[in-house]
Amino acid sequence: MAAISREEVAHLARLSRLAVTEEELDTFAGQLDVILQAVAQVGEVAAADIPPTSHSVPLTNVLREDVVVPGLTPAEALSGAPDAEEQRFRVPRILDEDVAS
Amino acid sequence: MSELIKKTATEIAALVAGGETSAVEVTQAHLDRIAAVDDRVRAFLHVDTEGALAAARAVDERRAAGEQLGPLAGVPVAVKDVLTTKGVPTTVGSKILQGWRPPYDSTIVRRLRDAGTVMLGKTNMDEFAMGSSTEYSAYGATHNPWDLGRIPGGSGGGSAAALAAYEAPLAIGSDTGGSIRQPGAVTGTVGAKPTYGGTSRYGLVAFSSSLDTPGPCARTVLDAALLHQVIGGHDPRDSTSIPQPVPDVVAAAKRGATGDLTGVKLGVVTEFSGEGAEPGVLAAFRDAVEALTKLGAEIVEVSCPHFRYALPAYYLIAPSECSSNLARFDGVRFGLREGDDGNRSLEEVMSLTRDAGFGPEVKRRIMLGTYALSSGYYDAYYGQAQKVRTLITRDFTAAFEQVDALISPTTPFVAFEMGARTSDPYQMYLADLFTIPTNLYGGPGISVPCGLADGLPVGLQVMAPTMADDRMYRVAAALESVVGTLTPPAL
Repeated sequence: MAAISREEVAHLARLSRLAVTEEELDTFAGQLDVILQAVAQVGEVAAADIPPTSHSVPLTNVLREDVVVPGLTPAEALSGAPDAEEQRFRVPRILDEDVAS
Repeated sequence: MSELIKKTATEIAALVAGGETSAVEVTQAHLDRIAAVDDRVRAFLHVDTEGALAAARAVDERRAAGEQLGPLAGVPVAVKDVLTTKGVPTTVGSKILQGWRPPYDSTIVRRLRDAGTVMLGKTNMDEFAMGSSTEYSAYGATHNPWDLGRIPGGSGGGSAAALAAYEAPLAIGSDTGGSIRQPGAVTGTVGAKPTYGGTSRYGLVAFSSSLDTPGPCARTVLDAALLHQVIGGHDPRDSTSIPQPVPDVVAAAKRGATGDLTGVKLGVVTEFSGEGAEPGVLAAFRDAVEALTKLGAEIVEVSCPHFRYALPAYYLIAPSECSSNLARFDGVRFGLREGDDGNRSLEEVMSLTRDAGFGPEVKRRIMLGTYALSSGYYDAYYGQAQKVRTLITRDFTAAFEQVDALISPTTPFVAFEMGARTSDPYQMYLADLFTIPTNLYGGPGISVPCGLADGLPVGLQVMAPTMADDRMYRVAAALESVVGTLTPPAL
């Protein structure tokens, strides 16, 4: 049985904000199925009582003195932007026309 | 062809320091070499001719003024395109960042500049460091100088190929699942993955933040150690950076080069010395084990029973982190924006941008990670993989109670032919079978040439405990003192 269906892959693409084509969906569905069947091997390990590891370095909050240090100028920060206006990143509309009006 | 290009970084630095050559002459020799061979090797995505010559001139001027410069001053270095370089294109091998010139330097690049090294340019890589052959670069594959029809490894194939083709004496890579060590192995060069947190990730374009580790690549172990010393150490700009000094890797490499491993106990990983590797690779590895024994090392077999689950665990953890990290490529703040016709919504533009900007392997991993993190699947996939990560760490801890370091072949197979594994993504993943456990544990690992199989290089991997990077350099340098450096056929 397949681990993942074409419809599930289409759903994942939507969640991932990837406008994949129908042809890509066919390819990815087959490939992701092979990969998922292989990685599902982790389920063979008896690990019910084992704590998870998210990170190899024991992490605690790292704080510094609250002092101003030089940062990027607005021009530098915007230098790679596809579109900018009045020292801001310009984005396509976020709200639907009828909601915005 | 200038004889300067065949010299080690150590030799070049001594020649420059002694006034026998200049940084400009050394840099020009390497730029000439790149011009002569890189149309065939394709190791570089961007060559910064002007920047390199300017940096070289600055070194020569400082030297002439009597300034005391560092041990690698005037030595050229190639930098994997995963690290930001102020004003110099940084693409991560992806169309989504085509033409981006970052407004800041990564810490690694900053330290390279401060040390007086000369950055020649940016090297090719699998897109977002996801791959084992550089065939997933959006700008075309890099070719292995040993055989131009074969892959140079990946993701850092550009850096490794630049070394093997004598285009650079030093290079920087990044290793998330083997991207420094596996290219080192298949190109007959040296690649070291430092302890996680031992080198700064500030300005390293993130793939999998709990695993990504920048590190040194070179043609000799001592050169790698010198570079490690320059780039390593605590960085307040990376909150996962370890606030301790770099272990004395240079002294360890020098000690190892004497060829004496008396009192050193090495463990051959049982699970990685039998099935799963090509016969030629295993034969070269066995010869190397024999050589290490003659140098005085005590060799025992050590079983690490959970290592066989490292690859599946990695392909849940790394894609999960990548699906989150790569959300920043939204067509707003940097890089590509596709389909913004004034009518489409932000979400539509975002989806079109990401579909146009990311290649197939990146899309696969984003979707795989999104799946593994979905409610309903989280416990069985991502959660379970994190528990397996704990068990792999425990295998390492138990092993290091018995031995000083672990050894294995670096990768199961020698450089394969271009196109041999691209149609089946999982076959590509197997290239990192032996390197991945180290990343999950967070310790250091190094690949050093140990011989040839069918005329192609084979690497031996040394894995050491966290923050015992010096130990792996000692063992690697000792093996190098017997095996020597490998020389590819003339290009």
